[in-house]
Amino acid sequence: MIITVKLFAQYREGRFKIEQKEYKEGITAQFILDELGISEDHLPLGVLMVNSRHQHPDIVLKDGDILALFPKVGGG
Amino acid sequence: MADMIYRVDMSNLTYSIEEVPNEWKGLGGRGLTSTIVAAEVDPECHPLGPNNKMVFAPGLLSGTSASNSGRNSLGAKSPLTGTIKESNVGGTSAGIFAKLGVKALIIEGIPKKDNTFYQLHVTKEKVEFIEVPELVGKDNYFVLDAMLAKYDKKVAVMSIGRPGEMKMVTSNISVKDPKGKLRSHGRGGLGAVMGSKMIKCITVDAESYKEVTIADPEKFKEASKIFTKALQNNPISGEGLPAFGTNVLVNILNESGGLPTRNFREGTFEFAENICGETMAENIKERDGNTTHGCHAGCVIQCSQVYNDKEGKYLTSGFEYETIWALGAHLGIKDLDQIAKIDALMDDLGLDSIETGVTLGLAVDAGILEFGDGEKAYSLLADELANGTPLGRIIGSGTGNLGKLYGLVRVPVVKNQAIPAYEPRAVKGQGITYATTTMGADHTAGYAVATNILNSGGYVDPLRKEGQVELSRNLQIASAAVDSTGMCIFVAFPALDDPTCLPALIDMINARFGIELTGDDVTNLGKNILKTERAFNIKAGFTSADDRLPEFMKYEALPPHNVTWDFTNEEIDAFWDFD
Repeated sequence: MIITVKLFAQYREGRFKIEQKEYKEGITAQFILDELGISEDHLPLGVLMVNSRHQHPDIVLKDGDILALFPKVGGG
Repeated sequence: MADMIYRVDMSNLTYSIEEVPNEWKGLGGRGLTSTIVAAEVDPECHPLGPNNKMVFAPGLLSGTSASNSGRNSLGAKSPLTGTIKESNVGGTSAGIFAKLGVKALIIEGIPKKDNTFYQLHVTKEKVEFIEVPELVGKDNYFVLDAMLAKYDKKVAVMSIGRPGEMKMVTSNISVKDPKGKLRSHGRGGLGAVMGSKMIKCITVDAESYKEVTIADPEKFKEASKIFTKALQNNPISGEGLPAFGTNVLVNILNESGGLPTRNFREGTFEFAENICGETMAENIKERDGNTTHGCHAGCVIQCSQVYNDKEGKYLTSGFEYETIWALGAHLGIKDLDQIAKIDALMDDLGLDSIETGVTLGLAVDAGILEFGDGEKAYSLLADELANGTPLGRIIGSGTGNLGKLYGLVRVPVVKNQAIPAYEPRAVKGQGITYATTTMGADHTAGYAVATNILNSGGYVDPLRKEGQVELSRNLQIASAAVDSTGMCIFVAFPALDDPTCLPALIDMINARFGIELTGDDVTNLGKNILKTERAFNIKAGFTSADDRLPEFMKYEALPPHNVTWDFTNEEIDAFWDFD
């Protein structure tokens, strides 16, 4: 299945802004986090959205999903 | 010597320096300005008439070494909203007032002599009234440079540009920051109140002050260390804000479907990437600018920046998300440099960049300019508004008034103040704040975006009604208290997630004054401020029918989530159910 991954803020450094990639059916968002090396150790996950809705990393992804990953950000 | 109240009467050009009444002693910032405005200003008065007052007050911790304590509050009855107003600012004024021993500066009356603008010069012993014909018709940087030259840089400067002189409700009051750039008492048209009192600028002596006294210096130092550490260790205040500024919000609001676009018609902007914080940070690095810049001494967050053009020449600083949103997604300008030029122009003229930006976006619906036409937007401000032409006056009259003049229905205001950069239908907790705050649509009054979108202080689903009223209430109470301390509102991010932060803040207040406030006392302070402000508004004629969002949001579904504003009146009014 095809998943679009979007990265923001510091997550872009040394990675990418947006990428479409083939994954095997049934993977969770956590699988992609692990693949990208995003963990609690450095710039832990702030917000994870799938198709513009907040989700937990254990969500099972489907073909065509858009996964957006943000470290903790804020402003106002 | 104890702190004093400095009272200026413009009708006679006299002043007095008074002792602080007991009931005001424990107050600072917004708590003090709202208390004084409620006690002394007739809620039914015309905001530009002789019975309105301007009340400046530094926060409880301003002037101390506490990190991020340099916010100065200004209170008055707002000519934009007709409500009570508190607008706070960074810059150098809070620290200098506090060190000079000025608990509050109250300015009342209107001069009898016509067409004469004054400079007020505040020193420890007196207030001078100086006629300044040479500054009339000039804008903020001209005034700032003149005052810095006159006092060899050793002053705080607060000033208005031409829009303030013309008493436009989009005008603000600009304040010198530590690097000689401008910060603003942005919202509510308070520049017009200063203009009505014929005050072009206020300078505050920064030479003869003493350090503020601390009742328990050891305890203060210890608490201050913990507090600073909490700010520095928090990923938002310690890393995200210094790296990207507040403009990091463009992408996350866009991704969530809550970025108001084309005058609140959609929740996503197809050119978000052009104007986002990441792009801004790249431009800054390439062009030899600076991603960090503090709006006041003692700021450890440094969310401001120095933004240069392609040739490396200075364009603007204090380049904020709300401004970039208003001129970007809302008005449609895709070029960040063009937005920066208009931002710098608004600084110099002294315009509320939210009210003015939202008005320009609405002017697209009015047929005054095309969506995305940055050249025309610049010219509407520089040539029309700044010169007070009839069209300029229309733009300068703000979003609500422009909507009325052009017979528009989709007018994004609450209590006549423009709604800022968060779609209330898709960030519902923020919608409750816009509806209920005593200030008119104000994002800082209770920043539910934190918990709806940013996962700060937990998570409340932005598209559902459940939990939003309680969230907004708790945040509004906490924000009213924080606005009284002189602290930057961004201390809320560590305060929401780090249990050491808030107790350290309270310990600093206790050590400064030798008192024993508890967390409950601080909550009660926040509640009392909200109730005092609401009582003023009720006396000014406001009812719960004013605590409403624009009607079109109830029947127009907002893409991509196709959500409407679906709270009942009873649900909104339950906001005020607290003791």
